[in-house]
Amino acid sequence: MELNSKIPEGPLAEKWSKHKFNVKLVNPSNKRKYDVIVVGSGLAGAAAAASLAELGYNVKCFCFQDSPRRAHSIAAQGGINAAKNYQNDGDSVFRLFYDTIKGGDYRAREANVHRLAEVSVSIIDQCVAQGVPFAREYGGLLANRSFGGAQVSRTFYARGQTGQQLLLGAYSALSRQIETGKVKMYTRTEMLDVVTIDGKARGIVTRNLVTGKIESHAGHAVLLCTGGYGNVFYLSTNAMGSNVTAAWRAHKKGAYFANPCYTQIHPTCIPVSGDHQSKLTLMSESLRNDGRVWVPKNEADAKAIQAGKKTANDIKEEDRDYFLERKYPSFGNLVPRDVASRNAKQMCDEGKGVGKTGLAVYLDFADAIKRDGLKTIEAKYGNLFDMYRQITDENPYEMPMMIYPAVHYTMGGLWVDYNLMTSVPGLYALGEANFSDHGANRLGASALMQGLADGYFVAPYTIGDYLAQMPADKVTTDHPEFKKAEAETKAQIDALLKINGTKTVDEFHRELGKIMWDYCGMARSAEGLQFARKRVQEIRAEFWKNVKVVGANEELNITLEKALRVADFLELGELMIVDALNRNESCGGHFREEYQTEEGEARRDDNNFAYVAAWEYNGKDKDETLNKEPLVFENVKLTQRSYK
Amino acid sequence: MKLTLKIWRQKNANDKGKMVEYKLNHVSEDMSFLEMLDVLNEELLHKGEEPVAFDHDCREGICGMCSLYINGHPHGPLQTTTCQLHMRSFKDGETIYIEPWRAKAFPVVRDLVVDRGAFDRIIQAGGYVSVNTGVTVDANEIPIPREVADLAMDAAQCIGCGACVASCKNASAMLFVSAKVSQLALLPQGKAERKKRVEKMVAQMDSEGFGSCTNTGACEAECPKGISLTNIARMNREYFVAKLTSNNL
Repeated sequence: MELNSKIPEGPLAEKWSKHKFNVKLVNPSNKRKYDVIVVGSGLAGAAAAASLAELGYNVKCFCFQDSPRRAHSIAAQGGINAAKNYQNDGDSVFRLFYDTIKGGDYRAREANVHRLAEVSVSIIDQCVAQGVPFAREYGGLLANRSFGGAQVSRTFYARGQTGQQLLLGAYSALSRQIETGKVKMYTRTEMLDVVTIDGKARGIVTRNLVTGKIESHAGHAVLLCTGGYGNVFYLSTNAMGSNVTAAWRAHKKGAYFANPCYTQIHPTCIPVSGDHQSKLTLMSESLRNDGRVWVPKNEADAKAIQAGKKTANDIKEEDRDYFLERKYPSFGNLVPRDVASRNAKQMCDEGKGVGKTGLAVYLDFADAIKRDGLKTIEAKYGNLFDMYRQITDENPYEMPMMIYPAVHYTMGGLWVDYNLMTSVPGLYALGEANFSDHGANRLGASALMQGLADGYFVAPYTIGDYLAQMPADKVTTDHPEFKKAEAETKAQIDALLKINGTKTVDEFHRELGKIMWDYCGMARSAEGLQFARKRVQEIRAEFWKNVKVVGANEELNITLEKALRVADFLELGELMIVDALNRNESCGGHFREEYQTEEGEARRDDNNFAYVAAWEYNGKDKDETLNKEPLVFENVKLTQRSYK
Repeated sequence: MKLTLKIWRQKNANDKGKMVEYKLNHVSEDMSFLEMLDVLNEELLHKGEEPVAFDHDCREGICGMCSLYINGHPHGPLQTTTCQLHMRSFKDGETIYIEPWRAKAFPVVRDLVVDRGAFDRIIQAGGYVSVNTGVTVDANEIPIPREVADLAMDAAQCIGCGACVASCKNASAMLFVSAKVSQLALLPQGKAERKKRVEKMVAQMDSEGFGSCTNTGACEAECPKGISLTNIARMNREYFVAKLTSNNL
């Protein structure tokens, strides 16, 4: 299929305004004739569901948690970017656009990113109007902090719980629409298939997680706001329930999956402590504003620390290597995430890592405490420091924190055009579930921005354009396509319940995760990827012969829920590897060992790889087809990214 | 560590339910409480038994999904969420009792999983500022003194886990409801609807079957986010003002 990104004509800064004028509108009294299905209730989903209902559409919203307020957007800590220039430090829409394109290592679409920067300012206005308690200066105006990959302070925050406050804002707007009856909310409900009729998305099949009931829901458009797929690595900072199932099932129904190999490894997470570990915990990037990252200069000191014979405080100032400040003097500790992560890994690979495992570096606040006082640091980061102490049993006010990179976010996702529509008409993807705005690396505080931009300010316009061009006739869930999808879903569940093997779902998941982390994580090579592909195929084959799922479908069955999700991760994992193998360059979070500069930085190949890789599903165990969307840069000059 | 666990097992909402004893022999002090339950569940699965169902998601102490009444305390012995509780808070050889939240308004779904939909319905009754997307002024046109913003943020930190209800002998939801009422009553954006809001939210709270508040303060002592009892006082004030001066309900 031809990929048409539908980027509007005209100068970059006018594209979105012109497009908003050119899109067709559904008249107010006709909006109530259209039903829109929103899957997911995070920032993108809750914002879209509320905004569409406010416009007058009938909305059904689904989440697998017990309440829409629990979506994993809630865990975002540091902040949300917006080009308000409240600090008078030279910020502008164009600068936010430029920083995001550059931060993404020139692998994102210019037009989408510019739109994101444009609407960023409205997001802050919207959230404040909802009563989101952002941090303020004594004069009562909004405060900002700086974040990685930018030299201006444009990040708005609510202590270390910005995601929570923004999500609760969107949740409150959603709750208001539930009360009016314009949104019908389905909690503890998981989407298991998209239903297409005459080539258009017309509904979904769901499983009620309490009763096991398989149900169909019909509508005129379906929005997937289902987040990312970082849990393919088993250990990540994602919530335990975060999964790729909705996006993957859509992929199998014709939605292209773009750039699946672009995953973000976040530099500041609490290191792994043992085999029992079920998830990893992030320490906000904002900590790098005041914390200094270092390792001992000498391997001998590192070894002594690993053996427990020395502590960080025993290492003299001159024996410390503040490697980010040394290598990147202009950005220092605030280099983008991919650069910070890779450098931490490099230090550990050189034997200079700290902690019991040697897989950690220090993040030290001693200087900041000396400079600003304990109270100031406590006010800024108190909850993060408490969380760190809770998990590690160490006091970060006295000893430097230990951090190590962990999987955090996935830039890849369902391919969408400028309207956020996937390659299936009527099927949209918003927020982390799509691929569009962050290229090969996302800047800190931009995920919240994108989720809310898509949900509040983009999809409500672009969906109208689609709906205005289709009749409001209803399909019912009695249609044979719904019956077929329901039957397929039931058959898959029955198959899983019948296997009665010897290995648990978690055991398979852990095995898959280890392969993905070792071979498709922070550093990748053709040889490793080929090996990993074979292993993933083997694990998948074994899963379908030997997994143990107990209980029945018709009950709250936590093993079955997990099994359905891991089955999809086992397929997605292979596609990520295939994508990583295809991309013979290094860019952002995708680092191929064969393609690096002499200094060990990522080496892009703009002549051959300045494209979006959109993969097309061809059937079970068949190779997918690669479709390329060339990336055209008219407003920025492609350069070797430098933060030195 | 070796542990004896006594866990509430209940097949579904209609089942009577009972405490069941399990032994675990290899528990590490560094495990979180939920990771300890993961280990138990893996053992049960290998024996072909159904695992213990419990709610959890972010495991970072912020989503509010995890619960568990551990040795008579919601979220266990520390003032934190269960997911942030580590086994180093327990002793080798200890017997740990694990129950679901017990409240009429939170019916058991299965094992340790309860239905907290009542909280959502209370928010739906009025826990918001009625503003549509896009109909706003520039954010800095609403200056808010820092002290006020901080107080609002203190209240807004509530994660909606329900520990306040579980800790209360009356199963009162006053701390939860007052946190949202306080946040929005403190901020200028929430002032226009403050009377209607508090009346509707309190009415919904009562209709859900939560008990009355007798100011024992157990909720504040157990709240993993340290939501202050002051919010309840503020809500009472808001409520009386509304009742005396509004014609809403």
